[in-house]
Amino acid sequence: MKKILFIEDEPALQKTMGDFLKDGGYEIIGALDGESGLEMAESQKPDLVILDLVLPRMDGFEVLKSLKAKEETKDIPVIVLTNLERLEDISKVLALGATTYLVKANYTLEEVADKIKKTLGE
Amino acid sequence: MKLNDILDQLNIIGQCRRYGVSLWQCPQFLFLVMGMVIIATMLTSYLLGIRYIEDPLMVAFLVILITAFLFIIGSVIVQSFEKLAEVSRMKTEFINIVSHQLRAPLTSMKWALEEFILKLPPEATHNHEEEYISILKDNNERMAKLINDLLIVARAEQGKLVIKKEEISPTELIERSIKDFSPMAQALNVQVIFERENDLPKIFADPFQLKLVIDNLLDNAIRYSRPSQDRNDGESGIVEMRLKNKGKDVYFEIKDNGVGIPDNDQKYIFQKFFRSSNASRYQTQGTGLGLFIAKSIIEALKGKIAFKSNEDDGSTFWFTLPINNL
Repeated sequence: MKKILFIEDEPALQKTMGDFLKDGGYEIIGALDGESGLEMAESQKPDLVILDLVLPRMDGFEVLKSLKAKEETKDIPVIVLTNLERLEDISKVLALGATTYLVKANYTLEEVADKIKKTLGE
Repeated sequence: MKLNDILDQLNIIGQCRRYGVSLWQCPQFLFLVMGMVIIATMLTSYLLGIRYIEDPLMVAFLVILITAFLFIIGSVIVQSFEKLAEVSRMKTEFINIVSHQLRAPLTSMKWALEEFILKLPPEATHNHEEEYISILKDNNERMAKLINDLLIVARAEQGKLVIKKEEISPTELIERSIKDFSPMAQALNVQVIFERENDLPKIFADPFQLKLVIDNLLDNAIRYSRPSQDRNDGESGIVEMRLKNKGKDVYFEIKDNGVGIPDNDQKYIFQKFFRSSNASRYQTQGTGLGLFIAKSIIEALKGKIAFKSNEDDGSTFWFTLPINNL
């Protein structure tokens, strides 16, 4: 069973996306802020990280930078899932090494799940 | 003032971008132009003065007087432009922030509803629950679309539309739009026909933004096709879409046999928040943003968009997009 770490500060989104992916056969671990998300990525070695950008304690850009800088986490694919949609944000996260950039409001749960499958090569 | 702030102020192009206005409406650029006008006027009045006036003191007095007058007028103009540009920037920023803040709870609602619908027990269909959930979902989508539209307008005005190009098939995008709009077309008794050339090439464009353009044009064509009971000829509404190759471009056309656009309204049709008098008569809903957005996106993709229309005789909108638009 593939393990997905979902770093998102909105509990309602954690719950809906988490339940949907659990039903789809994934193991979901969640973090509500950037700092604990980064710690969980290091300790639990997920197969994929879904990352919001606007987060308390450490923003998504910093989390992504740290993930890609560390040997043990640099190969974990990261899907950025956010409502920020400025060109500079998109360019910045792609340059930092994110696999995909998705704007939450433009995707249904099923469409996000499809992107996850593709990223995991399923 | 720090050195960075001074350098920032000297970067005129950057300042104009920050305000989201053209060069000729940009306070910093106007300030520069006014400065040059004042210097040129000073020199001209000095040269004319020494030629026609004997008293050098009088020449100096006149040059100072003209310069001071121009400086005051120039300052008032530049300050007014600065205020206008700042208000415009704040308005765009305000829409951006509000839209983002509204998007977060709407996304939570959208995903929760999706999960809820998936887990509805079969007996729910008999107890109207499904109908109520569907009303919630439709209205959530409507609100999300409105916020999206406002965000696109704010970005288009700042020249910061988000375009993520990839290789796409316009045929597939159009077919997806037709599928999405088929319940609406059925409900309004409008027949949608799509003709396309075989072997059309793929193009480089933003699929999300381009679908938005097709959706907006199709939505209008279906919405303003008059239902058969409103027509003297008894015909049902027909929307015809065509896609073909035209030299280095792909050409898309959408034609309806609807209410048309009155001559007086046609020059305003791509302006934001403009709704034709005909449109308001047939549909009270609508923001008047769809065509402004369509034009902004097509132009950002280096294409062209136009239309022809006769009142009571339907409208035809078309756009072209370059095939090799890397």
